[in-house]
Amino acid sequence: MTTDTHHPVPWADDPNVAAQPENRPFWQAAEEGRLLGKACKACGHFHWTPRVVCPFCRSTDTHWLPLSGRGEVYACSTLRRASPPYTVAYVQLAEGPTMLTNLVDMAEADMHIGAPVQVVFRRTDEGRMAPKFTGVR
Amino acid sequence: MADYLNLRLRWVDGTDLGGCSYIALVAHAAAAIAAGKCSVALITMAGRPRSTGQSVGVKPRALPPDRPEVPFDSASSWTIAPMYGMAAQRHMHQYGTTSAQLAAVKVAASTHAQHNPHAMLRKPVTVDEVLASGVIADPLHKMDCCVISDGGGALVVTSKSVALRSGRPLVKVLGSGETIQTNAGGRVDLTATGARESGRLAFAQAGLSPRDIQYASIYDNFTIMVILQLEDLGFCKPGQGGAFVAEGNLVAGQGALPWNTDGGGQCNNHPQNRGGVTKVIEAVRQLRGEAHPAVQVPGCRFALASGPGFVLGAGHVHASLILGRE
Repeated sequence: MTTDTHHPVPWADDPNVAAQPENRPFWQAAEEGRLLGKACKACGHFHWTPRVVCPFCRSTDTHWLPLSGRGEVYACSTLRRASPPYTVAYVQLAEGPTMLTNLVDMAEADMHIGAPVQVVFRRTDEGRMAPKFTGVR
Repeated sequence: MADYLNLRLRWVDGTDLGGCSYIALVAHAAAAIAAGKCSVALITMAGRPRSTGQSVGVKPRALPPDRPEVPFDSASSWTIAPMYGMAAQRHMHQYGTTSAQLAAVKVAASTHAQHNPHAMLRKPVTVDEVLASGVIADPLHKMDCCVISDGGGALVVTSKSVALRSGRPLVKVLGSGETIQTNAGGRVDLTATGARESGRLAFAQAGLSPRDIQYASIYDNFTIMVILQLEDLGFCKPGQGGAFVAEGNLVAGQGALPWNTDGGGQCNNHPQNRGGVTKVIEAVRQLRGEAHPAVQVPGCRFALASGPGFVLGAGHVHASLILGRE
């Protein structure tokens, strides 16, 4: 993994950022260590992944809001066949939605359903900073 | 295939629903025939994922970043095996299902595959052997996963008048259902499959219930997926799938619901990483009385073929088909 200061690809040039201009605020915030989510002004519900149309009431009045970055593990599975192994997880955020992510820097014994976790950001190989989760200390 | 055979076509359906495409395409073909759009429909598929060294379960898929969810999901490097691992973990957490119960699915498949000379894995295995096969993605073991195989299959769907001229036993499409199980805007339930809806639609159209089904082909990419679908199709109550399979109910000549009597994706084959076509083929064999004698269901009149496409937990398609002997 490359360090932040020496990364060859500016985050905004990551194809995952460039392909979806409407989600640029999310990646900008992630670069600054802040987690954003989208909620609907019409029905009030948070959803995930972010959309311009609310998946619950179909309103187009969705907007970015800061998320607490706190949640709990809904499910996790460590891919032992990978080298090195890594853990894929669904984390249920305090605000409700469940996010596909990774658990990082956690002891194996702490990775279980219901474990409290908090967001940390890690740079991807493509350039953008992405939310991951680790144990609450 | 149309170009290869130089076919002159008057109706085309290239719907790609992943592994269950060929279950859904039978229903699409039946509808087209009923509407007079065509008289004989040929459904084909083939692929060589084994020869070309694909390891679809443990390598991330390269999905285009202009798909809305991809920039968010792909950062996790998710692959298929941990998705089903998480589904198994949830089922264990919610219902107390055990790894030994999951293994009973593999045991049933291997019991059938020993009679299939074409099966990749013909040796009957025990629960202990499954549990000793090494963890791929917690809590799933290597033998909870289906094989990766080359292969293919074909189905012909036609009107009754044409089928009568074939001189073969007639199998009729009685009911069908298809759906997309979304991630519900982030309200994820990894124990819920699209079988709940596709099965409900298929049974309603056929005017049948799960207890009428004498043979079931149920997609078995992972052992947990069989348990989830058995529950969602109504063959047992939610949470009871583990006990249902551990009691031997899937084994032909022994249990209440003979299942995947060709050895299924667990032991027989999984061509093109898509098990839908072979699910329909074995159901048709059972209804025609052409399955291996050791696994043939006596007097089989009603059969089901059902399965997912794409990946549970990442938004999946599901299709179910109920077939009857005429």
